[in-house]
Parts: sequence; structure tokens; C-alpha cells
Amino acid sequence: MKPPPFAWVRADSVDAALDHLARHGDEARVIAGGQSLVPLLNFRLARPSVLVDLSHVTELAFIRSDDGRLAIGAMTRQRELEHSDLVGRSCPLLPRCLRHVGHLQIRNRGTVGGSIAHADPAAELPAVAVVLDADVVVAGSGGRRTIPAREFFLGPLTTALEPEELVVALSVPVRPGALTAFREVARRAGDFALAGVAASLELDAKGVVSRASLAALGVAGTPVRLPAAERALEGRPLGPEAGREAASAAAGEVDPPADVHANGEYRRQLVATLVSRCVKDLSG
Amino acid sequence: MTAAAERVEVKLVVNGEQVTHVVPARRLLADFLREDLGLSGTHLGCEHGICGACTVIVDGAAVRSCLMLAAQADGSDVTTVEGLTPSEGLSEMQRAFKDQHGLQCGFCTPGFLTTLSVADPDEFPDDDSIRELLSGNLCRCTGYQGIVAAVRQAWGRA
Repeated sequence: MKPPPFAWVRADSVDAALDHLARHGDEARVIAGGQSLVPLLNFRLARPSVLVDLSHVTELAFIRSDDGRLAIGAMTRQRELEHSDLVGRSCPLLPRCLRHVGHLQIRNRGTVGGSIAHADPAAELPAVAVVLDADVVVAGSGGRRTIPAREFFLGPLTTALEPEELVVALSVPVRPGALTAFREVARRAGDFALAGVAASLELDAKGVVSRASLAALGVAGTPVRLPAAERALEGRPLGPEAGREAASAAAGEVDPPADVHANGEYRRQLVATLVSRCVKDLSG
Repeated sequence: MTAAAERVEVKLVVNGEQVTHVVPARRLLADFLREDLGLSGTHLGCEHGICGACTVIVDGAAVRSCLMLAAQADGSDVTTVEGLTPSEGLSEMQRAFKDQHGLQCGFCTPGFLTTLSVADPDEFPDDDSIRELLSGNLCRCTGYQGIVAAVRQAWGRA
């Protein structure tokens, strides 16, 4: 179908976008790459009366290294992030997960901020933001505030963002020694994931896991950390036994919903399998 | 501050020609190309970003024209399948599709051709990576074998 009628305005700066949001309140939606919003418009599932277009807010299209953190502007296209040398060196988990985000044509338009703000429970970037302990930087009329990713996602397509606020950046702590893995299962390449797991581990000099961070996507209303699986890995040498323990712990701590694509039990089994595959990827 | 409007003036380059139109804000780029410019080579299948038939090139990148507003293409350089076709005969990729039976009904073909026209062969060194590249374009006729064979031919692979 076609989008319902709406009024459109192009913002050329963050301040202009915030002015438009303040003027129109919750009747307005921002459009970045549009790869999630336009399907919702075409299906008439979203009917905003005003769209504020961020396409020309170039101040939000950046990737930079910033005091031990990676700062990624909200209008950075997913494809740019996927191909950035800086990101590949300092946080390889981001490009690795992006290969699973829609298809190349989607990633050419889709933005980092859009994916974070849309908060699809099966989306890759929110889960990776959660596993990396990233912060979401948002701007509002009162200035900027920083929300930890773990507190940002509240439910399916629901975040801590206020109607008149805008996601402006993702701030990711760089952990030079971290080993990272990403695995997901989808029915076809580019489809929504049935389930996925992101992992970031650090080892001490003896090869024992000193810090484990695991998150699952597609198994709840938001991306979820897997604390029991993390505890099962910490203090152990990385290997098949640790992988089995973590997988079993992960299966016990998720309660995935059923939908037309898979039942909950299947998704639970997938999470266990994907945790053990991530551990295997890092054990090599 | 500019006010939000239901009609928008767009100026862009399409297949090398500068065009200026006033369009409804809700006009999709795909409908703008087809209805306003008469470039019906861009096909609309699913209208929600799954099938890839509407793929066009915007500023050098393959994108879904059903997921982009014409208003968002203001200032862009757009190439459609018409722009990839030489005035006489076929492009190398088009000829390869013909030679290798890479199309049957042809509905999906413009999306494949536009996607491939901006793909760097070095990034897709084997058949698996070609299939991943083409996973965003659905074909219900060929079973993809002929399409992968066409890409191999056009890219000079045995």
C-alpha cells in the first residue's frame, strides 16, 4: 500500500529537528533512513501527521574515537559502520552483527540511530548495544542526556525516549582485549532473526574468562542479558565444557514467546545452541 | 523555521537528467519514478522492502525505492534500470542474464540489475557471497541458478 497523507519537513540540524518535535508533539515522528518507518506507513500501522526528516542533519553522521569510547552519530548509515576501518579495529562486533541486518539495500539507507530508536526485539544493533554496555545519547529541549542501553529498551518498539527527544549518538566503550562473537538463526539471509546471541569476553593471562557479557535477541520484548550464562563462563578456561554450561544456563534464563515462525521451546533451544557456538567461535 | 507541508518541491537528477517536480509529501520514490516520470522499468512488488524489485541507485548505492520518499531524494542522483541500459543493445550484465536464462517473467530483473550494477566483484569472490548479495532480491521463476550463472559470466568467472 501507500503511506497515509502527512505533512513533511526537513530539519537541517539537531536544534531544528527538536524545534519541530516541540511544535508538533506526539503527532510528529522523525524519519531517518526510513527502513522501518516507511513499511509501517505503507501498511498504515503508523499514521503520524508530521514527519521530520533527518536526512540532511549531517552533524549526526560521524564515527569517531573519543577518550576510550567509540562515538557513532545517529545518522551514520549501517553500511558505513559495516565498512569503517576504525570500527573494524576498535569494535569488530558491530560490523559482524551488521551483516545480518536486513539486506545490503536496507543497510545503505538504514541508520544506527533509527535501529536503536525503533527498538525491534529481533534487531541486532540494540542487542549489541546491550552486550557492549553502550550508552544511548539523546537530545531534548533541556539539553542532552545519556541512557545506558540496558535501561533504554523497555519493550517491543518502546524505549525510554520521550516524544520530544531525539537519539543523537551511540557511545560504545572500547575494550581492546575483548573477544567478540555474534550468531543468529533466521529462516533466510536478511530475515528477522528467530533468535540471536552476541558475546563479548575477556581472558586473563592463563586463558581463564575474567569478564563475560552475553545478550540474546528475538527471545523477549527487548534484547536481554544472560547473567546466569555469563557467570557460568567467568572463572573458567574457554572451551567445550564452559560452552555447555553456559548454554544450559542460558536456556534456563530465557522464556521466549511463540509466533508463527517458531514456538518458544524452539527459540530456547536456539539460544542454547547459539551461546555454545559463540563460545566455540572464541575458543579457536 | 520552515513549516511542515503536504506538498514538496523536489529537484534531482534521474538517469543524467535534471528534473524538478512538486509532489505530495507521501509520494514514494518508486511511485515518483513510475507515475510522475513514466520510468516504469522500476517495478513494485511487496511495497515493504522485502522483494527488491524496486531497487534503484541513489548517489551510488542500491536502495529500495519503495522505502524512500521522493522528498528524501531531493538533491540526489538517481539511476534506474533505464539508465543502465545502453541506447543500442544490452549491457554486459543484461546480456549475461539473457545468455544464462537469468530471467523468465522478468518482473524482478530490474532490481537484480540495479543491485549488481553497483556491486564490487572483489567483495563477492564466490557463489556463496553472490547469493548473499542477491538475497535482498526475490525471484519466483528461476530458482536463482541462472542468475548466479549470469553474474559469473558478466564478472568473467568460469
